[in-house]
Amino acid sequence: MMAWPGLAGPRQSHIKMTAIATKIDSPKVLIRSRSFESLRNWIGVLPFFLFILAFLILPSTNLFVGAFQDQQGHYTLANIMSILSDADVLRSYAISLKVSIITSVIGGVMGFFIAYAITIGKAPTWLRNILMSFSGLAANFGGVPLAFAFIATLGHTGFLTGILRNICFPAAGGTQSCPFDIYQAGFNLYSVTGLTLAYLYFQFPLMVLTMTPALEGLKNEWREASENLGGSAPQYWWNVALPILWPSILGSAILLFASGFGAYATAEALTGGSIYLVTIQIGDQIRGDVLGNQNEGYALALGMVVIMAFCIVIYSILQRQTVRWIKS
Amino acid sequence: MKTKNFGWWALSWCIIALLYFFVPLYGTLDFSLREEKGKLSFLAYQNVLSDPQFLNSFRYSATMGIITIVVSILIFLPTVYWIYLRLPQARPIVEIITILPFVIPVIVFVFGLIRTFSHPPLPLTDTPFTTDLLMTAGYVILSMPYMYRAIDIGMRSIDVRTLTEAAQSLGSNWLQILFNVIVPNLRIALLSGALICFATVIGELILGDFLVRPALGPYMVVVGRDQAYEPAAMAMLAWGLTWICLGLIQFFSRGGTSQQLSGR
Repeated sequence: MMAWPGLAGPRQSHIKMTAIATKIDSPKVLIRSRSFESLRNWIGVLPFFLFILAFLILPSTNLFVGAFQDQQGHYTLANIMSILSDADVLRSYAISLKVSIITSVIGGVMGFFIAYAITIGKAPTWLRNILMSFSGLAANFGGVPLAFAFIATLGHTGFLTGILRNICFPAAGGTQSCPFDIYQAGFNLYSVTGLTLAYLYFQFPLMVLTMTPALEGLKNEWREASENLGGSAPQYWWNVALPILWPSILGSAILLFASGFGAYATAEALTGGSIYLVTIQIGDQIRGDVLGNQNEGYALALGMVVIMAFCIVIYSILQRQTVRWIKS
Repeated sequence: MKTKNFGWWALSWCIIALLYFFVPLYGTLDFSLREEKGKLSFLAYQNVLSDPQFLNSFRYSATMGIITIVVSILIFLPTVYWIYLRLPQARPIVEIITILPFVIPVIVFVFGLIRTFSHPPLPLTDTPFTTDLLMTAGYVILSMPYMYRAIDIGMRSIDVRTLTEAAQSLGSNWLQILFNVIVPNLRIALLSGALICFATVIGELILGDFLVRPALGPYMVVVGRDQAYEPAAMAMLAWGLTWICLGLIQFFSRGGTSQQLSGR
């Protein structure tokens, strides 16, 4: 481990210096009143709050207020009602939810077992290092390049498609049977299936990254205690490990859901917008007002945030209950 | 208990992970080298790297990345420093704010920016320069979770109060304390934050696309529609760039990659 290089000097000599500092500064500090001090303290973080207010809070609330206004600026619930009865909107929400739930469940299960393999499963250190490094890379490798990588691998003329196509068996009558043309078998990269495969490329590494510390936190003593009391492996997992891991697993799954639900670039680059995710629909709305009503577009965007906020509320409730359950 | 050693169950999950990582990577590499029929060549890479539009958009995104890094550090470093020194009660609320970009999908955030800043009183999207200002603000917000976390983690490991008192007693003013005392102690944290920030901006599609600026993301989408082998070459280049950024972070911090989370 490297020490913080610049730290050794000041830290060693700080005792003497604070002694001096107290002597010099204390009369001045005592004169200032407490309320003035605390007000001045808040001024120190004012630039941050102003920036956040201008470029995060204001644009977001502006959008959400727009969702409850008609084109003349009167408050109304008509936009919400209108998109809730719009078949296209409901379909796009259904596809988005389907893709993000499927990828977070599959990615979550894969990631959990891979994290298990490199921690409790005692994978050799070199393998663990490779898998952790690649998880860090793949979790950050999203967007347009990810779509390109999957087109190059599984597209019509892709690398893996070509290899699978060239695997042939001699069939009856001297002909060759090539059963692995995945496109003839119904596979299509430019579909929800393909999008799922591409999303999994960043989803399961994200799960590996978030679950590895949690699994490392499982103490050996707990397993030994369970064994000493006659518990079997499934009993240990069901009654000891899972209740402890449950908040981490759920929290990671929600993180996965969120990154799948909000993703736009991969879908746009992979399918040119032909899979109608909510994010793609919002993109079309920004470009050319496809709903024919700007305010319905804001309602469409509000729906995404409501779903995300709902997830976080559910997560915090469940987590609190789990903690309480562990305590008792 | 069964799992005393590295067993077949763990081994098979490791193999699945390795295959999922390496098959698309190798497939992309192989595909990117096949632009010339019947032999392997770097033609696709040459085409990408010699395209003036690629160079322009790369330069634009790299410049925006560096500006974003500078602005984020100027905003977040004094804020985090001040919170540690004088305002610990502000920490929970600032922490919630900094993870908001994870909760609000990027497309929704950009929608909000466009609605707010495309007409009076603040018509920022009218000229390229003011649009770039808006882009920078957007990038700073999008990379905020990483930059804030990096600085926060760095600040946690140093004794802010003692360092400040020591510097004050030697007669430093606030700027001197921040730049001569705090920054040198945080350089690794700042470097990690800066690299993730850069990687985020370089790969970002939505802001550049909808604010119609010549960033790398929109350029890549256009090339992806028209060409076959060049996109694969660009995917490899993007992979290499991510690798370099994360490799540098790991090299400097000698830590795991567990602090990074995905960002799209």
